[in-house]
Amino acid sequence: MTRTRFSRKRSPEPEKEKAGGGGAVMRVIVPLQGVVQGSGGLVLGSIIPCALFYFLQFYLKRNRDDPNDQNESNSPSQTQNPTTRSPSSGQLTELTGLTRTPSRPLLSPRSHTGPVSISGRVHGIVKGSDSPYYVGLRRVKEDQYDELGNPNGVIQLGLAENKLSLELVKDWLAENASHAILGNGKELSISGIATYQPFDGLMEFKVTVAGFMSQVMENAVSFNPSQIVLTAGATPAIEILSFCLADAGNAFLVPTPYYPGFDRDVKWRTGVEIIHVPCRSADNFNLSITALDRAFNQAKKRGLKVRGIIISNPSNPVGNLPSRESLYTLLDFAREKNIHIISNEILAGCTHGNEEFVSMAEIVDHEDVDRKRVHIVYGLSKDLSLPGFRVGVIYSFNEEVLAAAKKLTRFSSISAPTQRLLISMLSDSKFVQTFITTNRERLQRMYVQFVAGLKKLGIGCIKSSGGFYCWADMSGFISSYSEKGELELWDKLLNIAKVNVTPGSCCHCIEPGWFRFCFATLTEKDIPVVMERIQKVTETCKLKS
Amino acid sequence: MLSSKASCNSHGQDSSYFLGWQIYESNPFDELVNPTGIIQMGLAENQLSFDLVESWLRKNPDAMGLKKDGESVFKELALFQDYHGLPAFKNELVEYMAKIRGNKVKFDPNNLVLAAGATSANETLIFCLADPGDALLLPTPYYPGFDRDLKWRTGVEIVPVYCSSSNGFRITKFALEEAYQRAQKLNLNVKGVLITNPSNPLGTTMTRDELNHLISFAIAKDIHVISDEVFSGTVFDSPGFISIIEAAMDRNLENTNVWSRIHIVYSLSKDLGLPGFRVGMIYSNNETVVSAATKMSSFGLVSSQTQYLLSNMLADKKFTSKYMKENQKRLKKRKEMMVSGLKKAGIECLKGNAGLFCWVDMRNLLSSNTFEAETELWKKILCEVGLNISPGASCHCSEPGWFRVCFANMSHETLQRAMQRIKYFVVERSNMSRSKSKRQLISNWVRKLSSADRDEQER
Repeated sequence: MTRTRFSRKRSPEPEKEKAGGGGAVMRVIVPLQGVVQGSGGLVLGSIIPCALFYFLQFYLKRNRDDPNDQNESNSPSQTQNPTTRSPSSGQLTELTGLTRTPSRPLLSPRSHTGPVSISGRVHGIVKGSDSPYYVGLRRVKEDQYDELGNPNGVIQLGLAENKLSLELVKDWLAENASHAILGNGKELSISGIATYQPFDGLMEFKVTVAGFMSQVMENAVSFNPSQIVLTAGATPAIEILSFCLADAGNAFLVPTPYYPGFDRDVKWRTGVEIIHVPCRSADNFNLSITALDRAFNQAKKRGLKVRGIIISNPSNPVGNLPSRESLYTLLDFAREKNIHIISNEILAGCTHGNEEFVSMAEIVDHEDVDRKRVHIVYGLSKDLSLPGFRVGVIYSFNEEVLAAAKKLTRFSSISAPTQRLLISMLSDSKFVQTFITTNRERLQRMYVQFVAGLKKLGIGCIKSSGGFYCWADMSGFISSYSEKGELELWDKLLNIAKVNVTPGSCCHCIEPGWFRFCFATLTEKDIPVVMERIQKVTETCKLKS
Repeated sequence: MLSSKASCNSHGQDSSYFLGWQIYESNPFDELVNPTGIIQMGLAENQLSFDLVESWLRKNPDAMGLKKDGESVFKELALFQDYHGLPAFKNELVEYMAKIRGNKVKFDPNNLVLAAGATSANETLIFCLADPGDALLLPTPYYPGFDRDLKWRTGVEIVPVYCSSSNGFRITKFALEEAYQRAQKLNLNVKGVLITNPSNPLGTTMTRDELNHLISFAIAKDIHVISDEVFSGTVFDSPGFISIIEAAMDRNLENTNVWSRIHIVYSLSKDLGLPGFRVGMIYSNNETVVSAATKMSSFGLVSSQTQYLLSNMLADKKFTSKYMKENQKRLKKRKEMMVSGLKKAGIECLKGNAGLFCWVDMRNLLSSNTFEAETELWKKILCEVGLNISPGASCHCSEPGWFRVCFANMSHETLQRAMQRIKYFVVERSNMSRSKSKRQLISNWVRKLSSADRDEQER
């Protein structure tokens, strides 16, 4: 039994954070009086403005980080008090009064006199949240749009769900379900689903998933089932890889804007940090190696050890596909710095349009040495629209990572009857092919119409070929080019236009005014309704500016 | 290149408990194909009542076909990933849990958090209650998997509370206090006590006294009590099962501080025999814990398909009553079969009334009262006799010579065969030692004789 001792490291910053932005400003005002009245002197006269400036920077930074608690995969049926789901580092710091340092911090105050505390991890998330994401979800739940029943309700454009091709799966199930779960045509047997199964998934299921992944990526690469570890959704897949590749206090570089759930999946229980690598509209939000390099060096200066890069391909929330060349460059960078690449390819089957999708698996297909640093995350939540079934995949070329992941996935195994059902479904290659093709067609159609609709309103979108959302530039409609302005617009869209969209600040976008609109929960009929509603807000905003 | 967690060996996967499994897997028993293979008696799985579940499934195709009254509910389920869980499922679960406790306790579905198995539930609860470097007190012997599940990613330490055979391995006030002091000396902050009730590996339910000691201890030290009650549905004999919550209620503690520090873990893997379904849960009266655990459950949600299927099964009250009764009957019978089979071989078991295993006393088979001798005996039983049983050392038992032997994961015939093998082993061993001592006697006598002869000759 090893004994570990953790020291609490405090830096002056958190103390001020704890006081809150308003409090900090308050504290400065009083001494300022002294300066103004002439009794402060030179010292105060130089310190105060510096301190003010310092606090201002801090206040802005903190408020940028603050309402970023989101989980993409939350369904509308949240209860009345949805509390924060994933703490951004800023929020956690604010609450526990500790900054992240290279050594593992003690998260909860040790008090032997007061009532027994629960863990520090808990304090960060239990605080009630008014982040735009949750407020939006609540509003939709209270007042959901229905064409006939509630035509003035709130339209959901903030949930990355794909309802376009669900009934294809439903029809398949109607014909095949019971037979699929209990037996494979020969003997009906309960022991195939009830008993303990390998925690990392049934081999049969791995084989079908490998085949499915290949089909989805248009057979450009084949996947080896023995390099697969199955998990209950992509959420634990990301967390497990974080545990495997990084120690507490280490960091991953993640290009922004990124899927808000990463803040929870990568950081929460692992103690690992995320370093933002800002992408800009000038580059179409593509990742630049310069920015990556800069972020890497900054991390180094701060004493943070970078263990890897996490990319999403196709990207969420932007929807763009990194080019083959850029992926090669990324691999070169990873090699040079000797770090890992985690490629979240969960939307690989939701590509549409003409751009080529290239998996990281394809990039390392002919490599030997560098394969070991590449790990792919996949799942059936987006491509097959089955988030409820909880199917996630870790695909790696690194035996050690696979061995460790296999052990860790015991905490997040997929239910056996679900595996059986999906083995049947995914083995039906005709069904799979029809589904993939139909899904892509419908996504393309919706995308084109939606983007055209937004264009008519003067809202441009980044050209995207993946995902079921568009990344729209509404900076022309915000009152001030700031996060505050962005959130004001978001509020108008929610309460006046009655559409729930995701503001870029939730995704840590460095440029204000960008919004993500998900269109895959709509039907084509709904698009004109949505556009009309958005117009209500854009017209008033135009008038103002 | 990998994290220290991934590269270290402290996940407990290398203990004999798991090594035995590996050896078993290289030569598994099969009645037809490999009748001389190793019989798996180290897996606490309940296969005795599968036929009941299977027949229910066949009679209820709608549940599997994700239909309700003929209409497909597939779409809702496919998209349902709310970490609060399917309300219908949680409602049925709390009723089922209450039923197991003779309806002496009522549970609120809002205080129930679902997880992918008790393994996930235990880990999540520890993440919520303790920080890295904190400690949990665990009475020994305990389930070997805890060394992995409770410590690995959480960074929490386990401090054993030593229980001894002198009082049937019951938890005493003294043992709890001693363990607490030991933790203090090591500068460990004790956050709680984790008990398994009914006990794994003992197969006994806790007495009211024990539960009261624990609750008083938790009050005095201001710590949590986690009661892992996964085997609560496998109680087949008297005395009955008393849940920690019942014990607390009987002391009128509902409005006191300790009420919010009592947490239960449960799963459908042991009594319903559905470990493959990965259904576990945390029950707590502590709002903060429930809220945090709910969010953490994102890392191990239960498939909506499974939730729907089981909510239908548990809603069938006739089925659950019949199942519980029949399952308990079968477990009791099996246990008796094992106890008498072992007795014939001269081996005693701890008297137990629950669980899927016996806590077997093989101290008289040890060559010496040491753990080395226990390991030696275990290897012989594994490799020569062909039974994978779990040695007490892997359960952190403080006395050598005890083994956990499971009986519910095999057919009647296989268990008979296992009992025969053990009997044969014991008989052989005693024959060998008898003939060994006989031979020794003769050679001494002969030596005496031969030296007397020599003396005579030399004279």
